[in-house]
Amino acid sequence: MSFSSFVFYLFALILLGSALRVITARNPVHCVLYLVLSFASAAGLWVLLEAEFLAIALVLVYVGAVMVLFLFVVMMLDINIERLREGYWDYLVPALAVAGVMVVEMLVVLGGRYFGLLEMPQPEAVAAGHSNTRDLGRVLYTFYAYPFELAAVVLLVAIIAAIALTLRSRKDTRYQNPSQQVGVRKADRVRVLNMPSEKQANGS
Amino acid sequence: MLQWIPQALGPLWPAALALLKIIAIALPLVVAVAYLTLLERKVIGYMQIRIGPNRVGPGGLLQPFADSLKLMFKEIIIPSGADAVLFLLAPIIMIASAMAAWAVIPFSAEMVLADINAGLLYILAMTSMGVYGVIIAGWASNSKYAFLGALRSAAQIVAYEIAMGFALVGVLMVSGSLNLSDIVRHQAGNFGALGWNWIPLFPLFVVYIISMVAETNRAPFDVAEGESEIVAGFHVEYSGMAFALFFLAEYMNMILVSTLCALMFLGGWLSPLPFLPDGLVWLLAKVFLVLILFLWFRATFPRYRYDQIMRLGWKILIPVTLVWIVVIGLWMQTPFWLWGGAT
Repeated sequence: MSFSSFVFYLFALILLGSALRVITARNPVHCVLYLVLSFASAAGLWVLLEAEFLAIALVLVYVGAVMVLFLFVVMMLDINIERLREGYWDYLVPALAVAGVMVVEMLVVLGGRYFGLLEMPQPEAVAAGHSNTRDLGRVLYTFYAYPFELAAVVLLVAIIAAIALTLRSRKDTRYQNPSQQVGVRKADRVRVLNMPSEKQANGS
Repeated sequence: MLQWIPQALGPLWPAALALLKIIAIALPLVVAVAYLTLLERKVIGYMQIRIGPNRVGPGGLLQPFADSLKLMFKEIIIPSGADAVLFLLAPIIMIASAMAAWAVIPFSAEMVLADINAGLLYILAMTSMGVYGVIIAGWASNSKYAFLGALRSAAQIVAYEIAMGFALVGVLMVSGSLNLSDIVRHQAGNFGALGWNWIPLFPLFVVYIISMVAETNRAPFDVAEGESEIVAGFHVEYSGMAFALFFLAEYMNMILVSTLCALMFLGGWLSPLPFLPDGLVWLLAKVFLVLILFLWFRATFPRYRYDQIMRLGWKILIPVTLVWIVVIGLWMQTPFWLWGGAT
């Protein structure tokens, strides 16, 4: 077994193990952390496939941002674990159906011999100093410029919609206006009085 | 004369060599962290007209060792109701992500452990893992103060990561590479310090300086551990070596973002005057200057209020970076661009 296949099996083992724990761990926070671990192992597998940009983007976007927010939400939940497991058997049938579809899909991929997938030519090996990121950027901004921009606009619409749905401004909210605060001058707030230092004693 | 070592180790030699290089980076780093804590106390002491630590060793020079020995021999207390595994995992995540990022930092033209093409992305990915240490520490401690600190810190890190990322996008546009060595080489020229990125990218440079302070949770952005409000934030329940790991990771991250600042904007190992030779010493000098900035900020500015931090991050820094990225994009297409063509 070569070193790279050893690394592949190591990452694949961690990935499968942590993915299994995502659905079997009792504490939802643990589930999220196992999901993070499976993302990290998947990124390791992608590095093996020489897709370093995708691998690092996976860690950066999913592990570094999306899962952090996910973890936030899950930590805030007040979860009764016993009640969470109540509907387990009700969901079993649809879950088995979904799992069956996935097994069939994986069989198509893994059993490529029988479906003629191996007739696809092998991708040619790249030179040592090859920059995956540069190629990706070049293709993304020239050949696929319109689909890329379209996806960006869809995301923008989603962002604005999400904010519009959740933003409820209360009438009694007090807030500060920083430009007003910065614009304050001494004369607006303080009045300097010219007073004699001491009154003359009346002699009473 | 040392030829026998590679022969004796045989196929293990590359791994052993990599290990030696890692030690050659990690060991000076830990020493630097130790003396950064002393420097901080000394500098802030002098700024406040005090002397600072001066009892252990000549002029207080052995103070960091006394501190670390004390922390090593303290008991690690695991609070009741805490999630013990995660409680102990959190400081490990912090220190691991802080150290892993150092793998791609080039110290001079030849001295780099892993010269990878997506180096900058790798650093961003590794530093964004550090926030897990904070959140897990806050949650696993089973303490309200720790949890509040973790929430504050995570929101702050996520917010300022965007501004920091955009500031670095400007650097990428100018140098046309994600490789840190290439970014530094692109700043080389006949005009020394004038050819570095900090002049064309000055607004981004300022944004980077601000967001690097916020990103490391240092004063004046240290609401995450605001001692007057929430005691010590996410690491309030930690003691002994577990606390020391948080401390180590915080200072290591400070040195890391300072080094990044030196590489991205201040020309890395290049010398500021064209007739002087380039070398590691320039990088160290620049990192030292940026670190002094950290200490200076801490000694001079009062702590920001939480809503002010969020306003600064989202409403000021991010728009500034977006505008300047567009300006740079247009500027680079004109003949008035003097900082080398992007390939």
